[in-house]
Amino acid sequence: MKLLKTLFIALVLVGTTNLAYASPVDTYEFQDEVTKIRFQALTKELRCPKCQNQNLADSNSPIAADLRREVYNLLEQNKADSEIVDFMVDRYGEFVLYRPKVNSMTYVLWFGPAILILFGVVVVIFVVRKKQQQVNETQTLSAEQKDQLKDILNNK
Amino acid sequence: MNKLIRFIPLILCVALGVVLYRGLFLNPQELPSALIGKKVPEFQLTKLLDETSIITSADLVGKVVLVNVWATWCPTCKYEHPYLLDISKDERVVLYGLNYKDDRQAAQQWLQHYKDPYVFSIFDEEGTLGLDLGVYGAPETFVIDHYGVIRKRFAGAIDTRVWQREFVPLITQLEAERAKGI
Repeated sequence: MKLLKTLFIALVLVGTTNLAYASPVDTYEFQDEVTKIRFQALTKELRCPKCQNQNLADSNSPIAADLRREVYNLLEQNKADSEIVDFMVDRYGEFVLYRPKVNSMTYVLWFGPAILILFGVVVVIFVVRKKQQQVNETQTLSAEQKDQLKDILNNK
Repeated sequence: MNKLIRFIPLILCVALGVVLYRGLFLNPQELPSALIGKKVPEFQLTKLLDETSIITSADLVGKVVLVNVWATWCPTCKYEHPYLLDISKDERVVLYGLNYKDDRQAAQQWLQHYKDPYVFSIFDEEGTLGLDLGVYGAPETFVIDHYGVIRKRFAGAIDTRVWQREFVPLITQLEAERAKGI
């Protein structure tokens, strides 16, 4: 049992070290800590156009390396984050944003879930109310029904 | 009415199923280009076969222009090459190459070996024009109209079927637009 446990731990460790090697390592020198953090944030937020389920920071593809270099160069030119994002969108389209901008094309994406939840809540309230009404209706007896009930009980 | 309501979940499920099933056959690599309807970006690069002659965006204006992004490191470009040779004989279009992030010597050898379908190739070693065009791989082909506006980006290899389906209708349309404009 103990052997199995150590074996399992060893396997997990091997797995995680491999994961650490999977990310590309660039050797960029930044002017200061803030720029470095901005670089990391931007490359996380921008999607690689070739390997579509990875962001620029994670991707090993040549185009991702190019775009990382471009982000770095733009940062070196003291561009604002929004300018860098616009630069990418101008060339690769809204697609490169992992957090798409709010506009008429993305309303469904942004507000769809909230609207669906709202709709669900309304439906639940509606159904519960209706059920309660039905219960109340069956519980109150009309005068005629009360008389009938009395008759039945008295006859016994 | 109540009976109908009971079927709503089923209908929704089937509808969702249809949407997701269709999604299986979409090609996620087919991205809309951000440059459709925009002018060709400004650039200044040399010809692949002549280091001293400089090409700018103005050189790509006048006819219906195809710019084919290619490189010697790209296997699909090799597949596409014979079709490009066919297209180069088509008089309705002018075919230019954009040699993308490549080695000049290797690219020149490639053209000698496989024949040169392009009127000329632009040599973009750093991929700067490629970046401005939003190129993310090769091959890609851009269609530019008579006025220097990008009208289409096609990512992937061109063959006879793709040419007939994706390009011929657009070229006909561009020629009609041109005729109307005059």
